[in-house]
Amino acid sequence: MGLLDKEFSEGNIVITNVDDLLNWARLSSIWQLGFGLACCAIEMMATSMSHYDFDRFGVIPRNTPRQADAIIISGTVTLKMAIRIKRLYEQMPDPKYIISMGSCANCGGPYWEHGYHVLKGIDRVIPVDVYVPGCPPRPEALLEGLLKLQDKIRNESLRKKSA
Amino acid sequence: MMNAEEIYNLLKEKFGEAVIGLEKENPTEPIITASPLQIHKISEFLRDNDQLKFDSLMCLSGVDDANGEKIKEEDGSEIIKGGTLSVYYHLHSVSLKHKITLKVSAPREEPKVESVENVWKCADWHEREAFDLVGIVFLNHPDLRRILMPYDWDEFSEEISRHPLRKDYKNPEFYQGMKIPY
Amino acid sequence: MSLKTETMVLNMGPQHPSTHGVLRLELEIEGELVLSVKPHLGYLHRCFEKHSEAMQYNQVVPYTDRLDYLASIGNNLGYAIAAEKLLGIQVPERVEYIRVIMAELQRIASHMVALGSNGADIGALTPFLYLFRDREHILSIIEETCGARMLYNYIWIGGLSHDIHPDFVRKTKEFVNYFKPTIVELDNLLSYNKIFIERTANIGVLPVDTAINFGASGPTLRGSGIKFDLRRDDPYSIYDRFDFDIPVGKGLQGTVGDCWDRYYVRVREMEQSLRIIEQAIDHIPEGDVKAAIPKRIKPPKGTAYARVENPRGDLGYFIISDGNTNPFRVKVRAPSFVNLEILGELCKGHLVADIIAILGSIDIVLGEVDR
Repeated sequence: MGLLDKEFSEGNIVITNVDDLLNWARLSSIWQLGFGLACCAIEMMATSMSHYDFDRFGVIPRNTPRQADAIIISGTVTLKMAIRIKRLYEQMPDPKYIISMGSCANCGGPYWEHGYHVLKGIDRVIPVDVYVPGCPPRPEALLEGLLKLQDKIRNESLRKKSA
Repeated sequence: MMNAEEIYNLLKEKFGEAVIGLEKENPTEPIITASPLQIHKISEFLRDNDQLKFDSLMCLSGVDDANGEKIKEEDGSEIIKGGTLSVYYHLHSVSLKHKITLKVSAPREEPKVESVENVWKCADWHEREAFDLVGIVFLNHPDLRRILMPYDWDEFSEEISRHPLRKDYKNPEFYQGMKIPY
Repeated sequence: MSLKTETMVLNMGPQHPSTHGVLRLELEIEGELVLSVKPHLGYLHRCFEKHSEAMQYNQVVPYTDRLDYLASIGNNLGYAIAAEKLLGIQVPERVEYIRVIMAELQRIASHMVALGSNGADIGALTPFLYLFRDREHILSIIEETCGARMLYNYIWIGGLSHDIHPDFVRKTKEFVNYFKPTIVELDNLLSYNKIFIERTANIGVLPVDTAINFGASGPTLRGSGIKFDLRRDDPYSIYDRFDFDIPVGKGLQGTVGDCWDRYYVRVREMEQSLRIIEQAIDHIPEGDVKAAIPKRIKPPKGTAYARVENPRGDLGYFIISDGNTNPFRVKVRAPSFVNLEILGELCKGHLVADIIAILGSIDIVLGEVDR
């Protein structure tokens, strides 16, 4: 990870730049908003439970948007719900990240053609960082999505604003 | 335990004109058709009669029969004029173990059906759903609002896109600034 | 002179960890006391019924998966039975046996989530972890056969999508032997836990006549002490061949029909499902699971209504055919949709914290409520 590479052999001192330190802190404790929508929410629960153990990446469900770093949009977003999701997103403090989990949240999924009440992709309402395909994605796929998000955070910089 | 024919005869004897007929050519289940504006007292009789005792309403479905005249619009879509909207009631008696299906049809332009909400309580939400998706108006229903679609759907849609399960339904372009079609 | 007080309206959901999805409850409260509860639905309305009119009969099956996503096999089964009724298909013995075993495995998996989340909402997170660990066993057994973890598209009209995996019988037997002692563990962890009993006994009592009039079904109905189970009272598939009990609420810790009874009925139902699996697993006959699948599905004009006992209750499919390759209308009578209606009655006069226990004990799945 690079942060501890430049540790002085004695003296308990690490030299790094601010970007790396902040990014390291952010990516190692992504608190997700405890928020499930549909079928994918069950896979998200399975991911955070004993077998797949989301906790080892520092992901803890947090039930208020005020203290969350990321939302996992886990499932079909309907028109009625999209308004609420937008509001939840706006309540979150920066920096905030969105993982769009499953085909429905990516593009409408199986409901793309006749879904008169389905939003065809959450990116029509809020910006998305990582798309995880699948219907529903396996827990491994969600873990991969999280690693991708961590990669993204690792390369952020304070100077230039990311999306 | 009674079969459909016996139930039909019993109802016909009691209500006369209000019970219209018995459809038997159906492959799986006979259906008794009734008048939409008398269905409340028929239901009460079905529930309270000792021989019938239909104490549970399994299902209530609103259906667009699409049997009216189909008129082509300029943009290629069709709208339907005339014909009927129907409501199917699937009844079951827990104690006597028999089943029956009732059907009422109301004209499409003025789809009014009596509510059975105070006969079987579970009809409440089913009727709201039929009102929401098919547009059937249930008379004497205590709280006839939309249930699944947003409450303000009407403000963002035209006449043709009020009730999504009608066969000539056309999706509106936008709802609250969000594009609906793919 | 008495002090003037006002009631307060509190919104619970659609984003709330214990509403089991996107349900909004409008609570009218006076202090901690709940005066009325108004559920607002539709936050997950995915237009199933419109899709089924636009798809061919066999293409509807994947959409039924997504209704009650915790019990996909049960949904497939109900739809397949209704369509088979319409078409007049008799499915082979082997298919029937596999369907029953799969449906019962799915019932156990579904109850695990229900029980676990019921406990987790009240504050007992540990049983949730244990149950999800065991649920993975069932998911991997089914996955081996049909390739998906959750939404299986397994039961097709007239047959199955795949024959069972060669290891299926062995692994299922292993699971049955493994899971029997685990139920005892669950009882010790949660069912007879003093705190859990305090939170659920005598809470949300559902009287028998209210339950029937509201059309309640499944464990919600049986918790009130009525022995009504479609597998016994209106047998479908081959359930009449197996010997099993129907657990009902007896009011062991409080009143008949309280939250604890509804919870406990589910625990005992898992045992009965294991019994059914044990009886069926050794007698799967030989045969071709795809033999009766029709090449072209075009049923005659008519209607069919079929219902099956899903983990949440009486799941009904009403199909109208106009003689085409697409259904004219498919209506789903979803058990959660009907059971949720009772919530307003049950919550009256309880505290805010009790609503969570009551909601957990009714066990709703929003995919099915909103469709």
